[in-house]
Amino acid sequence: MKIRRPLIIIAIALFVLLVALPVMAQQGEPCTTCPVSFDTPSVLDPASDYAAESAKLFWFVFWIATGVFVLVETLLIVAVFRFRNRPASEAVQIHGNTKLEILWTSIPALILVVLLGFTLRSMAVIRAPVKGEPLKVVAVGHQWWWEFQYPDLGVITANQMIVPVGQPIEMELRSVDVQHGFWAPQLFGKMDAVPGRTNRMSFTVTEAGEYGAQCTQMCGEQHAQMRFQIIATPAGEFQTWAAGQQQVPPPPEGEAAVRGQEIFLLRCSACHTVGGTVAAGRVGPNLTHVSGRDFIAGGIMPRTDDNLRQWVQNAPSFKPGTLMPDFSIILSPQDMTDIVAYLSTLK
Amino acid sequence: MATASHTLPGAGAPTGLLSWLTTVDHKKIGILYLYTTFFFFIIGGLEALTVRTQLAWSNLKFISADLYNQVFTMHGTTMIFLVVVPILAGFGNYFVPLLIGARDMAFPKLNMLSYWLLLAGGIVLNASFLLGGAPNAGWTSYAPLSTAVYSQGTSIDFWIIGLLLGGTSSTLGAINFLVTTITMRCPGMKMTELPMFAWSMVVTSVMVLFSTPMITVALLLLFLDRNFGTVYFSVPGGGDPLIWQNLFWFYSHPAVYIMVLPAMGIISEVLPVFSRKPLFGYQFIAWSSVFIMILGFSVWAHHMFQVGSPLQVDTFFATASMIIAVPTGIKIFNWIGTMWGGALKLTTAMLFAIGFIAMFVIGGITGVSLAIVPINWQVHDTYYVVGHLHYVLFGGSMFGIFSGLYYWGPKITGRKLNETLGKWHFWLHTLGFNLTFFGMHILGLLGMPRRIYTYASGQGWDVLNLISTIGAFTIAFSVLLFIVNWFVSLRSGEVAGDDPWGGATLEWATSSPPPVHNFDKVPTVKGLNPLWADAHPGEQSHY
Repeated sequence: MKIRRPLIIIAIALFVLLVALPVMAQQGEPCTTCPVSFDTPSVLDPASDYAAESAKLFWFVFWIATGVFVLVETLLIVAVFRFRNRPASEAVQIHGNTKLEILWTSIPALILVVLLGFTLRSMAVIRAPVKGEPLKVVAVGHQWWWEFQYPDLGVITANQMIVPVGQPIEMELRSVDVQHGFWAPQLFGKMDAVPGRTNRMSFTVTEAGEYGAQCTQMCGEQHAQMRFQIIATPAGEFQTWAAGQQQVPPPPEGEAAVRGQEIFLLRCSACHTVGGTVAAGRVGPNLTHVSGRDFIAGGIMPRTDDNLRQWVQNAPSFKPGTLMPDFSIILSPQDMTDIVAYLSTLK
Repeated sequence: MATASHTLPGAGAPTGLLSWLTTVDHKKIGILYLYTTFFFFIIGGLEALTVRTQLAWSNLKFISADLYNQVFTMHGTTMIFLVVVPILAGFGNYFVPLLIGARDMAFPKLNMLSYWLLLAGGIVLNASFLLGGAPNAGWTSYAPLSTAVYSQGTSIDFWIIGLLLGGTSSTLGAINFLVTTITMRCPGMKMTELPMFAWSMVVTSVMVLFSTPMITVALLLLFLDRNFGTVYFSVPGGGDPLIWQNLFWFYSHPAVYIMVLPAMGIISEVLPVFSRKPLFGYQFIAWSSVFIMILGFSVWAHHMFQVGSPLQVDTFFATASMIIAVPTGIKIFNWIGTMWGGALKLTTAMLFAIGFIAMFVIGGITGVSLAIVPINWQVHDTYYVVGHLHYVLFGGSMFGIFSGLYYWGPKITGRKLNETLGKWHFWLHTLGFNLTFFGMHILGLLGMPRRIYTYASGQGWDVLNLISTIGAFTIAFSVLLFIVNWFVSLRSGEVAGDDPWGGATLEWATSSPPPVHNFDKVPTVKGLNPLWADAHPGEQSHY
């Protein structure tokens, strides 16, 4: 047993080193452009009829699974402890037992029949046709951000999807490029946005709140940074929000903002839309009310003037691979400041 | 034979480099397979450590997003196509002829070709790292992300060619295993009384033969799309990206059974020997494999519950997926039945076999939970699935593979592995494995998607990820112990002799390592456990 001591020492050293790793990582300066933190988006903390149904089914399955797990592992452990190190002559030479085989075939089969029954019931509940007057929202996946269209309201936004509590939401999912996965764990299970198809899904939020979400289908370099949030508000607040979104922002005032708008229309309008102006690009997010949002760039930074400036200046340095080009060689620092001054007026 | 002579049997056969390059001996090819795949296992393991280091805590910047995508893609591709599938073919190469009392495989030159195609595939795949970047669309490489519009450069082409070579190797191997077991069994050995590992290679080979053409077709179509302007997967051209998923999973779900059935075969050899009892319910274990094989072809779309199929389609695939738990359960109960009433010798090989059962049960149970569609809608593409698949492929297949290496290693090298180091390996491996993968189930439920290179702080994911990373390094350390053990034992391990474990099957009836022709005299057998027939006369009857 000479090797035991060095092994223990190496093992302990390994553990210490690894615990030190994240501590060292935390030593850096505070991260101003790190991804926006959402509250833990737990499947088991549901806030909609859909998520409540799947959480209920999960717990039902969990307890059956735990029962099976405990039974099998106990049998295994008992077998190991009861029959180890006995003289070989005591090993009973049996080849099988048909009654036992029937037993351990039929009991699991019965359990599965029960599980299947609950599965089908739950699927029917979740996919049941919507009752009442739904709100239609179309979510369009782009590399790497989500666009949200409200066709009945004439509103288009990005990164944050605002919905009323209590009213059924009927989602349509589309993609303009590759496959994306649409998922807000506390509100609904996944439905993919598949290029060339329109997928449908519905849910009703039961609790007001802000729910973290992100793309779940590997969609390229910045798949991890395709994040979004669903904000559920009481119906009244939702109406106010929608009315605000339907307004065209007033023309900018002040020298910087006016100049900013000129540069914006020249340089940015091919990709971005701002209501009430000639800017009508559909490649990037609709910016009509960009300053009313809490974060930008697919949920990777809070929407502050400073972050906006950095993003406009050189987006690929924060999100390598993004379609938004590096503007630092085209636009002067003054241009950037003016553009941000203009964007800040788009509330 | 068990005397301390240092001239091991098998000496005298040519051992030079040329002999390895030109060999058609199934044992040498088997050894080439084992060393090559273990080398790829180390590469895939280093990729896993890179992934785990990047994810150890929120907002770490160990590697870039693009490199991360390359590394996790190569980890999955390597472990599946260059490690688990071919390492089991390696065991098959070495042991199927020995188990059935044959002198070689049916087509030795085809066998040689299988190995070199695999090596070529592995080299092509890994060469991409140096030639413009490795594949980065995940081991599933879903279209249209993997088409030329969204994956410029050649990385996906390397992936396609590497996999085509590996798939061809696997198909040729399957033909060889089938013909060998059907035509070359020694006198007295019935097809229905094959040693369980040989039987599992038969079943697996049938699966390989029928499923591999699908991925071959899918890869060719993708290659045409990328390089010759076809539009099979391109929406603007009138194609459909879901065709890729259907073709891909028609192979890649059966691939799970291709990776686990032979490992189940290995532990079905190990458990009886160290329990000193015949395999409990041989016929049930054997036919449950066939049942799994047949059902395995009708569950592929359970990987696609979120693409918007009609509920009827989801219902069919959910039902088929759940039914697979029944034959799997039969196996598990029969293995416990094999141990029950035995005289267990807890060698390292036996510990890994028991560990296989203990861990695979968890993977099986989470597998059933994933067949339950509303749960799948929630946890698909999250770390819950990553946890599940590693309990099946690492807790299952890799535990079986290590069990096989400790059990059959002495037959291959002529020397036993060190049991003290072996037990350290087992316990650290099991500890590290559970630290790494158990928490992933919880991470998935807490909303962490898979394949993300970073995550925000304050979402409650940090601590579980850190534990997982610590576990990954623990596994790496334990594997290091195994490698040290292997090479130290190769030089100075205890000489094994013909039959160090008191085995029941024919490979123990010849020397360790066996001579080039395997058996001096073609053996004649009666019943399932030929070497035990004398020890327990009159008990060979089975129902």
